[in-house]
Amino acid sequence: MTMRRLINLKRVEARRIYLTYFIVIIAYVICQTMSSTRILSSTMRGMLVPICAYMVMSISLNLVVGISGELSLGHAGFMSVGAFSGVAAAILMQSVIPFAPVRLALAMIIAAIFAAIAGFLIGIPVLRLKGDYLAIVTLAFGEIIKSILNNFYMGMDSGGIQFSMLSDTTRLLPGGKLIIRGPMGISGIQKIATFPAGFILVMISLMIVFNLVNSRSGRAFMAIRDDRIAAESIGLDITKYKMMAFVLSAAMAGAAGALFAMNYSTIVANKFDFNTSILILVFVVLGGQGNMLGGIIAAAALTILPEKLRQFSDYRMLLYAVILIVTMLGTNNQDIRNFFAKLNPFRHKEPEEEEAA
Amino acid sequence: MKPKTKYVQVPSRSILPDRDIAREPVLECINLGITLGGIKAVDNFNLTIGRTEIAGLIGPNGAGKTTVFNLLTKVYQPTTGTILLNGKDTHGMNTMQVNKAGIARTFQNIRLFKNLSVVDNVKAAMNNEMHYNMLSAILRLPNYRREEVAAHRRALKLLSIFDMQDMADVRAGSLPYGAQRRLEIVRALATNPSLLLLDEPAAGMNPSETADLMDNIRKVHEMFQIAIVLIEHDMSLVMNICEGICVLNFGQVIAKGTPEEIQSNPAVIEAYLGRQSSHKEKEA
Repeated sequence: MTMRRLINLKRVEARRIYLTYFIVIIAYVICQTMSSTRILSSTMRGMLVPICAYMVMSISLNLVVGISGELSLGHAGFMSVGAFSGVAAAILMQSVIPFAPVRLALAMIIAAIFAAIAGFLIGIPVLRLKGDYLAIVTLAFGEIIKSILNNFYMGMDSGGIQFSMLSDTTRLLPGGKLIIRGPMGISGIQKIATFPAGFILVMISLMIVFNLVNSRSGRAFMAIRDDRIAAESIGLDITKYKMMAFVLSAAMAGAAGALFAMNYSTIVANKFDFNTSILILVFVVLGGQGNMLGGIIAAAALTILPEKLRQFSDYRMLLYAVILIVTMLGTNNQDIRNFFAKLNPFRHKEPEEEEAA
Repeated sequence: MKPKTKYVQVPSRSILPDRDIAREPVLECINLGITLGGIKAVDNFNLTIGRTEIAGLIGPNGAGKTTVFNLLTKVYQPTTGTILLNGKDTHGMNTMQVNKAGIARTFQNIRLFKNLSVVDNVKAAMNNEMHYNMLSAILRLPNYRREEVAAHRRALKLLSIFDMQDMADVRAGSLPYGAQRRLEIVRALATNPSLLLLDEPAAGMNPSETADLMDNIRKVHEMFQIAIVLIEHDMSLVMNICEGICVLNFGQVIAKGTPEEIQSNPAVIEAYLGRQSSHKEKEA
């Protein structure tokens, strides 16, 4: 009896989760059909993978911002760690594993591990801070990661992998290949990222976050977010759970970064700057903190929007800003919220939800 | 369920020594003190709580009652003195470790996890008795399901003590005030404490709610056979429920004893009502 209760569709939470999975699957099927039947323009087809990567970024940052309640402004840093380590791994594995999907999957796993290590190292000092201070320091670490990658050289020759910082002093043997070239980044990447791979990554990320939220760890994250002192008083290890959320989020961002990078032939560290971090934060805030579906819809919409506004040339970013402001105001307007609440078929069953708003 | 307490005569420094079953008290405070901003908020505080005792901590506003709770739960580290919990020194422990060692508390200003459901508030407190790791949670492995089902069942059982099992899925923040206070007690109990600290559990409750609360505290005491210390301004509750009372004023213990002794203690009356002579002097 209790068993059935755990997967009960009458619960608001459970319904929201299955609705999210359902919408993502439907959206994938539609996009995939449109893409294979060439209804989708080639620019749009090229954006499918970045959209998936941004969706994963949105889910990943939502874990930190929405569920753990800590503002992080350096999330693009983890994405770049993942992008560089993932792509480098893919290039190194090129001859060993010729089958692209396996190579992509392995590259994403390696990217996730490297980003998780970065998240852990950054988490040690950062998670001692609270609120605004934490946000500022994560911003700084995001910039530090960018600077390091801008000055990082890595090559491979018959003697193995060589590193150097600041300038190319790897002294590769003849026949060696410089993979990461400081500010030039990595070029000549094989575009092995595919839309189905992106879709699978989105689904895995959703599964990780949703399943975690309904477990002891997820409850601990949210308990610490809601009341730190009370969380300590019931014996929750604050440092451990904050670190867990931060590292997991970094790992997901790393995998997304690898997926993102392998959709382009060239990748540079400057792509993952402060603006990208803010863009990801905008996905989360626009979609609603803690709301995964909202976050991924916002990620898709805000990635497509600048492309769709291209016809307005000079006014493109102005319009983008105006649309963003109107959407933010609109979604916070009580009248508009009530109007949408009326459209919700489950509304009468959850009266306490409206009080929450 | 554990057998009912057998009352045996043992020498103890507990407020009511003859009611202790175990020779070893659950809590001993020895010369406990803290200086906050140059003021001795609590000074030379000695208290011993028997294993199944209900004790009251009373005193005028600002007497340092909540500070004592904060010292016991290590929200503040004491500047002097020792706290022995089940005979073990809690020196150097933090709030989390003290909770694991057996102290659970509620708060004067309610501190629930507002955005979690009622049952999740209780299950969050059971975190330390669940052992599955993150991977089993993500993959929904059998041990995840088994432990979650067990925890859910136990959470509902605990909620049912306070007749809250029907509210299990309601958001904690949208509960009525009295229910929020009760949920705090349930959450504290979910951590399996040997000592439960209740900080003004009846604050803001009407007389009938207070009477219900009194029954519930008795019920909890009976069921779990734990020690309970409560801070309360509602004297009818304190005098009815507590076996021993400790009175604080300006951070000092001014009286200890049974409710009857406290009610007739001149120092206590003075602390609450002021000295008669000084009152007359003011008038003159």
